[in-house]
Amino acid sequence: MKTKDGVEINEEIKWKDICPGGTVAYPGSADLFKTGDWRSMKPVFKAGECKQCLLCVPVCPDSSIPVKDKKRLDFDFDHCKGCGVCVKVCPFNAIDFIKEGK
Amino acid sequence: MAIRDRLSGNEAIAIAMKQINPDVLAAFPITPSTEIPQYVSQYVADGEVDTELILVESEHSAMSACIGSQAAGARTMTATSSCGLALMWETLYIASSIRLPITLALVNRALTGPININADHADSMGARDAGWIQIYSENNQEAYDNFIQAVRIGEDKEVQLPTMVCQDGFITSHAVENIELIEDEEVKAFVGEYIPVASLLNAKEPIAIGPYDSPHYYIEHKRQQAEGMNKAKEVILKVAEEFEKVTGRKYGLFEAYQLEDAEAAIVIINSTAGTAKAAIDKMRKEGKKVGLLKIRVFRPFPHEEICDALSHLKAIAVMDRSEGFSSIGGPLFAEVRSALYEAENRPMLINYIYGLGGRDVTTTHIEEVYNQLFSMINKNQTGQVYRYLGVRE
Repeated sequence: MKTKDGVEINEEIKWKDICPGGTVAYPGSADLFKTGDWRSMKPVFKAGECKQCLLCVPVCPDSSIPVKDKKRLDFDFDHCKGCGVCVKVCPFNAIDFIKEGK
Repeated sequence: MAIRDRLSGNEAIAIAMKQINPDVLAAFPITPSTEIPQYVSQYVADGEVDTELILVESEHSAMSACIGSQAAGARTMTATSSCGLALMWETLYIASSIRLPITLALVNRALTGPININADHADSMGARDAGWIQIYSENNQEAYDNFIQAVRIGEDKEVQLPTMVCQDGFITSHAVENIELIEDEEVKAFVGEYIPVASLLNAKEPIAIGPYDSPHYYIEHKRQQAEGMNKAKEVILKVAEEFEKVTGRKYGLFEAYQLEDAEAAIVIINSTAGTAKAAIDKMRKEGKKVGLLKIRVFRPFPHEEICDALSHLKAIAVMDRSEGFSSIGGPLFAEVRSALYEAENRPMLINYIYGLGGRDVTTTHIEEVYNQLFSMINKNQTGQVYRYLGVRE
């Protein structure tokens, strides 16, 4: 991610270059921040059970269910925090919910 | 052509707001500043301004609405006093750290408790570390002039900080005085159009504001914010210079009154400076070398300039209209004493806590302070440093 003046924002950035007020100068930058390592529970996509109703997609708070050609794909585990909302909303038991690391 | 009028301090601020015609005013009523949004609501109802008036349910909400509005790219104002400013505490810091140049009219009033609605600087002094520029006003004319200048100061690209313009509750907010107003068109030309550095409603450059800052970045943001405050000093002087060209009225970081050849001086904020000037005029006629330094800009605090202006004196009394409960004196005393540390020959320095909760301060009280200073000079002994003026012993 860069500042409005094109300076790369990393732990080397100097105070004169950093974005005033912490304003994020470009949209979509949340994609650069990997939140997946906070996860203690993990959803498991069972493609065989899935009817592609896509109810799970809009309820995901982190946009971690990619959709291609009107069909959902497996989870984006770089960003999924394991909240389990998709598990609750699925009418077909197509998502398991297990402890992370298993 | 200047317009001669008679206005209270609250009316003067409301007229300034009308002339500036801000995009948004978000406010909640509290004595003694209630009249300011009340007058503006009348201007809105009468179609004299196209300001969006947001009447909220608390001062926390008022400042939150100001933050949202200014971040959206709208020139935004509010007014409050005392507990109202205290309830804004959290959001004051947010406004300054997001670098939003909101303008706040503060009518200084004591903080509870015991409950008191009168003049006292506890409210703004409590907010002195919130990252807001603070400008103080002796009378209605200064409140009006300072408010118009504040818009330009805060919005300057080098500064980008919110500003509060302070005046004493009731003493100036409700007292009607002669005032010289600037023509509407001249005020509009002076403040100009607000062009935000970045704004949430600019669809061409989408941004996100107020994100989480980890320990790797927070201190860099604070250092950068401090630089905005450092830069404010020269911007305040630059804006004052332009203001003088329009009005002929001169403003600096502080006002020195009969200070050049003085031996004893007081340092004071807001309306009591007027009382002190009357006492000085009387004592000067008696041949006593007394003077005054009236603080206009408290944040940023002009340490070097104040040190230069005061270091030739023999004895100084710093007057605080708020208790800091530091047990060594009030907040203004701490600043002035710190400024004078750099002086080669440090004057004798004492602190008076005065006028709390609107207690009247007369010329007799001020003369008593000068007499104490002369007694110190004669004995060459400072004595008690931290004192109360007019308290019943």
